[in-house]
Amino acid sequence: MDYEALGLMVGLEIHQQLRTHKLFCSCPSELTDEVGKEFVRRLRPTQSELGEVDRAALQEARKRLTFRYQSANTCLVEADEEPPHEVNEEALRTVLTVAKMTDASVVREIHFMRKMVIDGSNTTGFQRTGLIALDGHIDVNGRRIRIPTFCLEEDSARPVEGGRKGEKVYRLDRLGIPLIEIATAPDIRSPEEAKVAAKTIGSILRATKKVKRGLGTIRQDLNISIRGGARIEIKGVQELDLIPLYVENEVKRQLRLTEVAEELKKRNAGVEREIYDLTGLFEASESKIIRNALKKGGKVLAIRLPGFAGLLGVKEGESERRLGPEFAQYAAVVGVKGIFHSDELPAYGVTEEEVENVKKALKIGEMDAFVLVAEKEGTARDALDMVLMRAEMAFKGVPEETRDAKGEGKTKYSRPLPGKARMYPETDVPPIYIDDEMMDSIEVPELREEKVERFVKQYGISRQDAEQIVDTEKDDIFEALCEYGMPKVAVRALLQILPEVGDVDEKGLRDAFKALKDGRFSKEGLEQVLSNMAKGMTIDEAIEKAGLGMMSEYEAMEIARALVSERMDFVKDRGQGAMGPLMGPFMAQVRGKLDGKKASAILRKAIEEVL
Amino acid sequence: MDNDASTGDRVEIRTEKGVYSGILMPKHAFSREGIVLIKLDSGYNITIPEDEILEMKIVERIGKRKGITGKAPRGIGPKIALINTGGTIASYVDYRTGAVHPAMSSEELLFSVLELSGIADVEADVLFSVLSENIKPKHWSRMAEKAAEALNSGKEGVIIAHGTDTMGYSAAALSFALSNLNGPVVFVGSQRSSDRPSSDATMNLLSAAQVAVSNLGEVAVVMHASTSDDYCHVHRGNRVRKMHTSRRDAFVSPNSRPIGKAWPEGVELYDHRKKSDGDVEVRPDFSDKVALVYAYPGMSEDILDSILSRSDGIVIAGTGLGHVKESLIGTLKSHIKDGKTVVMTSQCLYGTVNMNVYSTGRDLIKAGVVPGGDMLPETAYVKLSWALANLDGGIAEFMRRNIAGEMEEARYL
Repeated sequence: MDYEALGLMVGLEIHQQLRTHKLFCSCPSELTDEVGKEFVRRLRPTQSELGEVDRAALQEARKRLTFRYQSANTCLVEADEEPPHEVNEEALRTVLTVAKMTDASVVREIHFMRKMVIDGSNTTGFQRTGLIALDGHIDVNGRRIRIPTFCLEEDSARPVEGGRKGEKVYRLDRLGIPLIEIATAPDIRSPEEAKVAAKTIGSILRATKKVKRGLGTIRQDLNISIRGGARIEIKGVQELDLIPLYVENEVKRQLRLTEVAEELKKRNAGVEREIYDLTGLFEASESKIIRNALKKGGKVLAIRLPGFAGLLGVKEGESERRLGPEFAQYAAVVGVKGIFHSDELPAYGVTEEEVENVKKALKIGEMDAFVLVAEKEGTARDALDMVLMRAEMAFKGVPEETRDAKGEGKTKYSRPLPGKARMYPETDVPPIYIDDEMMDSIEVPELREEKVERFVKQYGISRQDAEQIVDTEKDDIFEALCEYGMPKVAVRALLQILPEVGDVDEKGLRDAFKALKDGRFSKEGLEQVLSNMAKGMTIDEAIEKAGLGMMSEYEAMEIARALVSERMDFVKDRGQGAMGPLMGPFMAQVRGKLDGKKASAILRKAIEEVL
Repeated sequence: MDNDASTGDRVEIRTEKGVYSGILMPKHAFSREGIVLIKLDSGYNITIPEDEILEMKIVERIGKRKGITGKAPRGIGPKIALINTGGTIASYVDYRTGAVHPAMSSEELLFSVLELSGIADVEADVLFSVLSENIKPKHWSRMAEKAAEALNSGKEGVIIAHGTDTMGYSAAALSFALSNLNGPVVFVGSQRSSDRPSSDATMNLLSAAQVAVSNLGEVAVVMHASTSDDYCHVHRGNRVRKMHTSRRDAFVSPNSRPIGKAWPEGVELYDHRKKSDGDVEVRPDFSDKVALVYAYPGMSEDILDSILSRSDGIVIAGTGLGHVKESLIGTLKSHIKDGKTVVMTSQCLYGTVNMNVYSTGRDLIKAGVVPGGDMLPETAYVKLSWALANLDGGIAEFMRRNIAGEMEEARYL
């Protein structure tokens, strides 16, 4: 596809969890399998300072849900039973670091805001978020991608399974984990560029060493539009490598919908607001879905869509359905699992005869379509209202929406794009003034590539080793150990020995390297020493226990002499040629206690003595 | 720089770094001097130092928020009065201090909780708008008069929306000032301000309305029973106390069971006084020459003496079963001789005082200290304030007697 011709514009919104305690209390930022005490709450939308109620908030309120919260690993702050504490400074400094790395300008005074979210994922009904810096940028393959905003915010509670009917369950362990939110301008022009930009931002974030690693700790939202389409926000893309696929699929969806809109206008199609009760036509239906709905006292309701025929299902020669899934996803908002539409019937147990009856009852012409819902009457009406609303939008092409990433590049409608009125000041958190002194104290860390490059040059280690050191965040300890002048030994200790024998802290590693440098044991004995230290021994105990105290030259000479006298005939016979064969048995007795070079010098001397 | 811009105007600010457009916001109380706060279209507030501003243009005058206009819908069912006194059940954000302040009109309150109209025909009124920490005895008098007036003019019940800090004191005060209650007087508040989606105000208020249309003939406090939004406890107004700084279920009756439970759809009352026939009697006066004194190890005769010299009576929140240290007994005794009343309660809050068990207790009794039974210290303070303003004598006897359910003979496991 020619994305430039299509006018593709993509913006990224990256949310990355920080590896500090929570943003507004001192609870650990760690997930737990425990449930803890449970409690139940409801939320209501409220007026914001400008007197407008958020439309996304209203849609959530319509669902009238009760929320059950599991509180293990959290305190009263997450439960909304205590005001937030002062902002976590370590988290704030991390955002300031990222801002500095991307040439952004930090706002002088940070004001945290309440962003209305009443789907229950925040016990307060809002997410606390602060704008920390403005107008930074990154460069991607020579193109500048602007980053207008850098925010610090609370992560939401984690949805979990369970709960009674009508309840949504959340665990509070994730609520309040600091998130850095980086939003780029819609400067990205291709699916691949979106991925590279996300990778670049990821690498900047990781350079701070304050970010969490692993699945679920970073989340990408994509803002995608094409010319003639609309801005669509896709939330919760987990895998970097799938970003291009999500972009491609959304472009295709927008193209399909734009084409449908043109076709609708050409056909002079319309939407009729009337909802028909067709229950009578389905009393003997074989369709399981319909039978179940009727058994529960439900009804079969229908709407007619003049001029929509063929625009709901798959277009010939293509694989994706057109308006059908859009309608179904809107209906799902009020809790209806599925709808039937004329482009896919007869199917799902609905017979041809029944379809004909419906067509007759609704006076469906050749170019007309219909949609059926079998549910309790109230729910069915709500669902068809949603479908009608979506059908009206179809004339405009692509409606602005928030969609959820469903994996494998697929998305699903979740709600309208939130309006502007969704924020008001968080007055419980005092504003934070960022002075020059604070900004000066922020150090800009090296990016991964720069650091790898430097390690290769400065310490003479391989690129592969350097990358592994940096990627596993062992770079600081590596450089500390390099002070003892043995970079390759440090690499071996960090990448090979420690993963085998267990962890030794920085002080322990420094002790071991100092002892090694002082000649208290040899390189060959390092694994044994570190293994002992991993079990909790001090350096002295570890050397002692390993029996690795360095041997004196005198002792080594004695061993060499004994060996030579045992094999006197062989030595006399081969002269210095006996060196090679004798080295093995000699090393067996002195390994780890004597440097290899020194050992061979001593053995040579012992042989010379008898020649 | 255009200094004519006022809060709410859309402005465009030009600095060397760029141009920022948004709505001019009031500053936070803790904001630095010389800073301009604007709300960007993204919803975020940003600050710009005044000295970096090259130009500020007013793009559009938006003016002040209109608030809610129009009349609240008429409810169905019994007529009740909703008396607003301030506090977080009816509040909004004050940008001057950045704190939550009581200022929303009762009309706005009715609009924000439309379900109220399904329970009762509510007539709302703002009596005053005072943070509950600023409530004084004279405010109790006004509340008592207003509640009596409402009940005697045909209202089935009264809800008083009150800040939570001193709600227990006010409820206790009305329980003494009002007698022969012909309808419920229900105090209600919220621990999370009503400007938040998670506010407890809605459930508390709807539950209070359910109590207000019940046959209760007492002053009650209706607040969350637990941290969950499931039901409220109905507490006797003079047995209840705020026991937590921030939790929804902060209100507890230490020495007695709540007198009922209520939720937005209903109410269930246990042991309670039913409403009487006839008119409510109101005796609204309170003395403000009463002190509530917490006993502590370092308390000196001087301090106690100076408090007693300036009051007509004091209530002591004593240690344990009702003690102060022995060295203070002489000071108490001499003031009691001069006609001052000293009532003993316990800072344990749970349990009754018993001044017969230890010698200090016995000495305090001999000195003329009145044991306050299992009355809460705050309730005893309010009761004494009322007694000193309304009785000619027999204060000690009055303090010992159960008047409005404020003390009981037995406490249960």
